[in-house]
Amino acid sequence: MNGIRTILAVLCIAFASTALAVQPDEILDDPVLESRARDISAGLRCLVCRNESIDESNADLARDMRLLVRERLVEGDSDDAVIAFIVERYGEYVLLRPTTDGANIILWVAAPVLFLIALSSALVYLRRRDKAPEPEKAGLSVEEKRRLQELLKE
Amino acid sequence: MIVELGHFALILAFAVALAQAAIPLIGAQKGWRDWMLVANPMASVQFGLVAFSYAALTYAFLVSDFSVKLVVENSHTLKPLIYKISGVWGNHEGSMLLWVLILTLFGASAAWFGGNLPASLQARVLAVQSAITAAFMAFTIFTSNPFTRLAVPPFDGTDLNPLLQDPGLAFHPPFLYLGYVGLSMSFSFAVAALIEGRVDAAWGRWVRPWTLAAWVFLTIGIATGSWWAYYELGWGGFWFWDPVENASFMPWLFAAALLHSAIVVEKRETLKSWTILLAILGFGFSLMGTFIVRSGLLTSVHAFAMDPERGVFILMILAGFMGGALTLFAIRAPVLEAKGVFATVSRESALVINNVLLAVSSFVVFIGTMWPLVAEMLFDRVLSVGPPFFNMAFTPFMVALAMVLPIGAMLPWKRGNLARTMRPLWGLAIFSVAMGALTWAMQTGNSALVPVGLALGIWVVLGSGADIWSRTGRGAMRARMARLTRLPRADWGKFTAHSGLGVTVFAVAALVGWESEDIRVVQIGETYYYGGYDLTLTSVDRVEGPNYVSTMANIEARRDGRFIANLQPEKRFYPIAGMPTTEAAIDYRITRDLYLALGDPQDNGGWAVRSYIKPFANWLWFGCFLMALGGIFSLSDRRYRVAAGAGKTRTDAVPAE
Repeated sequence: MNGIRTILAVLCIAFASTALAVQPDEILDDPVLESRARDISAGLRCLVCRNESIDESNADLARDMRLLVRERLVEGDSDDAVIAFIVERYGEYVLLRPTTDGANIILWVAAPVLFLIALSSALVYLRRRDKAPEPEKAGLSVEEKRRLQELLKE
Repeated sequence: MIVELGHFALILAFAVALAQAAIPLIGAQKGWRDWMLVANPMASVQFGLVAFSYAALTYAFLVSDFSVKLVVENSHTLKPLIYKISGVWGNHEGSMLLWVLILTLFGASAAWFGGNLPASLQARVLAVQSAITAAFMAFTIFTSNPFTRLAVPPFDGTDLNPLLQDPGLAFHPPFLYLGYVGLSMSFSFAVAALIEGRVDAAWGRWVRPWTLAAWVFLTIGIATGSWWAYYELGWGGFWFWDPVENASFMPWLFAAALLHSAIVVEKRETLKSWTILLAILGFGFSLMGTFIVRSGLLTSVHAFAMDPERGVFILMILAGFMGGALTLFAIRAPVLEAKGVFATVSRESALVINNVLLAVSSFVVFIGTMWPLVAEMLFDRVLSVGPPFFNMAFTPFMVALAMVLPIGAMLPWKRGNLARTMRPLWGLAIFSVAMGALTWAMQTGNSALVPVGLALGIWVVLGSGADIWSRTGRGAMRARMARLTRLPRADWGKFTAHSGLGVTVFAVAALVGWESEDIRVVQIGETYYYGGYDLTLTSVDRVEGPNYVSTMANIEARRDGRFIANLQPEKRFYPIAGMPTTEAAIDYRITRDLYLALGDPQDNGGWAVRSYIKPFANWLWFGCFLMALGGIFSLSDRRYRVAAGAGKTRTDAVPAE
């Protein structure tokens, strides 16, 4: 496959210099704030790349967004407030972890619901197999008889 | 001239494929033996023609024939030889030709090694396989012709995408295709069995090696892709839950489920219709993956979006084969009555649980992958579904799988006793949990990720060991050791593959949970201390490669004054393609990788350098390798070799009397 990574890497690199994702001059002096900034950026999607977070992306826009996140943190915003701020500016699309509101609830409950359905049908099936009578042995088909003859001849 | 011959051979093969899709099917229906048998030579001829066609395209790349459009767009005279060969499949058109080549290879293999199959089943399998091949040949010829010529050939080509000029990525696609296409064989067997109206133990035995082979190839393909991402992208990520990755992961999960449920069909003649359904869906997901990758449907940035016409074509193939097969399934499934009766606590049930976990987790990945599309079309919301969702929704399934694996693997067939099976396992379970707890107590931070991963990994590996050891029966140590070496290869395959899963689970947890990172500006000559190492940036040089220029740093790593390694992270620029790449430098060790990547020069002098300690990274690739190796062991089991050679041994067997 022309791997996804190829595509995203091509796109990101095509849009940007070869700068590393997080650059030394972006890092905040306060290690607690910086680690919060990293956690937040890992959950925000770079808009020009295909499927990279801004924390991983080399694109210039991702750098702008990282700086924005740090700016808000330094101003004293909570994590949720920073994320809300970014979402307001760039839209729901930037959230790598989809919200649970509205139709998205279908997405979030899909895993447990599917699992319960599959598990209960499996259990019903297993119960039934447990009680099923041993089927009578079916006879051999014509082809099988021919093959058996052939094997016995040898 | 050779290029035209290649094109012609492909069209000829298409004609043969159409004939092979019809004649044997009619023959099998009417019971005409010669109509059935014609499928065998036809499959070989198809393979020969496509192989010639593929060789012709490779030739055009090797001699840099710039009158061929594809060569111009994906090659350059200066490109190293190996990438001229891999460049053939490093693009859409060429990769489709490789896809078709592998389809015909599998078809021909079914003709060559299928001598022991009943004639009607073999004829139907080959016909179905040929129908798939014909569909993809039509796709290649009519929408993605790799042999298109240019009226005015340029002097030189525009070079292959530099990211593809890498050994890891050069061999990633062929393995992945072998896996995807291998599942077409399981599909053909399933459809043929449905037409035939008969699924028995023998069918399970025939379909399993094909599924195993496909799964082994997919494992290798995914692992090489992941490894490539690890060393190439410059920050050591190995899995991104991207649509295209998911497209390869879903068939892998299905193939894993299928090869387990085929065991139940083979040994116990039950779970038949479920196994057939898995075989159909497995290939369905593989086609879905092709569709996702080729149509550009899920690519929101359009630079790589393919021709929509191609997407529609693949969607038609997908709809045609899935629709047809599932309709057939709905009609015929009730005929497939189960034979073996088994208790609720039994190996059969354990394998059903395995299938539930694998199939549901695969559907979860599917829903997550397709959700942005659904949300946009139905609810008018533009959103993303990224790694945080998949990690949360998918991981519990793998945890559950690892927890039940050792128990399920040791439960006896038909009727088991949980207490008795658990007797040798309790000690291992307690030991694993204790090791996890110890790790949790010793590590810094409160993350439960690594302790849980470690406990599960130990549990699965030791559990697999207990399983194979229990197969040696009772008695003296020496006798049991001797019996251990004589166990069927399938037992060794099971042990190796299951251990591989355990190792992989641990490695993923350790790598994600324990990695550390350091970003800083380093002056030339400066030494910095990170992760127990003294790292000195000794120089940054400009180096000329065959078709690129490189900015190469030299960083010396020492530990307590002792020399460890000289690492050379690079930034390359490919002038013809106009693209930069990063080449990380990695010191591979058993318990950790030291991973260095070079960034930009800074305004005030010095270079940005990123350093990582990646704990147990090698264990990840080793775990995948073990899984694939386990598959190969099982594939070489005597019962398949004997079955495969049955036709031959019959003719040259000497009568005993």
